[in-house]
Amino acid sequence: MTTEALPRNGRSLDLPERAQRSSVAAIARKELRDAIHSRWFWMWTAAFAGLAAVLAIAALPGSRIAGSASYGRTAASLVTLTQIIIPLMGLTLGAQTIAFQRESGALRFLLSHPVNRTEAFWGLYLGTSAALTAASFAGFGAAGILTALRSGSGEAGSFVRITLLAWALLLAMVGLGMLISTLARRAAAALGSAVFVWLLLVFLGDLGLMGTAVATRLSVSALFFSTVANPVEAFRLAALASFADSFDILGPAGTYAADALGSALVPVIVTILLVWVAAPVSIAWFRFRTRQDL
Amino acid sequence: MIRIRDLTKRYGPLTVLDRFALDVRPGEAVALWGPNGAGKTTVVRCILGLVDYEGTIEIDGLDARTRGKAVRNRIGYVAQELSFYDDMAVTDVLDYSAALRGVPTDRVRELIGSFRLDEHRSKRVAELSGGLKQRLALAAALLSDPPVLLLDEPTSNLDAHSREEAIELFEHLRLQGRTILLTTHHMEEMGMLVDRVVAMEDGRIVTECAPGELAERLGLKVWLHVTLRGGHNTRALEALETAGFTARANAAGILVEVSAQRKGQALNALHRAGLEIEDLEVWT
Repeated sequence: MTTEALPRNGRSLDLPERAQRSSVAAIARKELRDAIHSRWFWMWTAAFAGLAAVLAIAALPGSRIAGSASYGRTAASLVTLTQIIIPLMGLTLGAQTIAFQRESGALRFLLSHPVNRTEAFWGLYLGTSAALTAASFAGFGAAGILTALRSGSGEAGSFVRITLLAWALLLAMVGLGMLISTLARRAAAALGSAVFVWLLLVFLGDLGLMGTAVATRLSVSALFFSTVANPVEAFRLAALASFADSFDILGPAGTYAADALGSALVPVIVTILLVWVAAPVSIAWFRFRTRQDL
Repeated sequence: MIRIRDLTKRYGPLTVLDRFALDVRPGEAVALWGPNGAGKTTVVRCILGLVDYEGTIEIDGLDARTRGKAVRNRIGYVAQELSFYDDMAVTDVLDYSAALRGVPTDRVRELIGSFRLDEHRSKRVAELSGGLKQRLALAAALLSDPPVLLLDEPTSNLDAHSREEAIELFEHLRLQGRTILLTTHHMEEMGMLVDRVVAMEDGRIVTECAPGELAERLGLKVWLHVTLRGGHNTRALEALETAGFTARANAAGILVEVSAQRKGQALNALHRAGLEIEDLEVWT
């Protein structure tokens, strides 16, 4: 080592090559701050909170739409909203994270610092997830506060469970979005692919599965596992099962699952959802570490 | 300080760098010069670990492949343009860069002062001129006081005034004894900035020499576009051809092909023929 390489300020230039929490935290903080300063964050937060509040009001006592009011009813109303909005938020914003930064040169600037790709990836993931968590919790918070003010806190447990399931779905979708982002060549392609995957998971997957089931006389067990393989469906089933007394509302597949799995049904579905949280983001991390054209 | 051996980079069937080798001594300033696509920026990206490569790169004795973080901690990198982070304030960009480098915030205040960014500290990056963006990029690169500076086409997006200012800054850094590796396709500024030029073409080194010798070594030509007072293009063409130059007229004046280091000879030939030059441009 040459003496000229020594820093003028006496600080050591040698850094451990392993990932360090401080670097991950710095990147995550910056992503979170960027999100809070951006229009999309407030647009999503306002849209989700507004719709959640409207649904909560619709489920309150005296409402012509719903008879008795409770957290459970509000939570049930939020399930449909969540299964549409949360995947769209997570997928599109996750997909933009890496692809957009690569295209603008920001990723190159970031990686020219003494940070490794693991630190960069998890910093981006955590920052994006934290921002979206804040946006979605604002929605659930608005609905929860409205319901508590008007009708007390009965069945608050199911509301909290659904909030946590929605969070798991959000993290899964951000991970899936980031996987798309690491695979796409351009930001526009990443965004387009994210919207396509959203359509597939929320609408086309369900319709396709129904069509396949009819055409191929799919067995009930195969239909159940094909259904819960879709993270959006896994969320819906786990959410409905968390406050329904019977699984009849889940149809024949749900009835089969309740018979076959009994009390293990919800844990099985939640485990599938957690696999969706961990698997896409892990694959995305691997892809980001090995991708050459950054 | 920088040691590169057998550096090869392929994108599918395309070989962008072909067994490239380079040594840069501590305190030396070296330019990688060449046309677009010569492989200059790819060398920088390999050093920073942004792309995979064959061969070895050592910075300050450390292998860039296995000690990437330690290597990048010794490098201040200035990109062509700070066109991203447009919504961030000047101070926020520097604070972020400082956090990634583990540098205390005092250092940010110090650099804001020394790079005369005080009155712009709250401005968003998008509001800065090209010259100010370059100053900001350089301040960010110098946060950890790195011994090596990598400058990728540092003046290519600047206007004449900002370019002059940037060159002055780079000269100052060079005098501080930092090792500088810069890429450029501008020949005229290299003499002021570097000790040595490495000319590249198609991923290979064509020649290495002092900046003043490059044009002659490569036999580089430029075009002078001359506008003469009162026209007289025919007389000018005759005078230039007699003096051994290749020239042709266009609607606005005449174009003369000259050696990059011998532009004055063509002007002398016109002067001897009694022609008065009204305007002059150099086309490269």
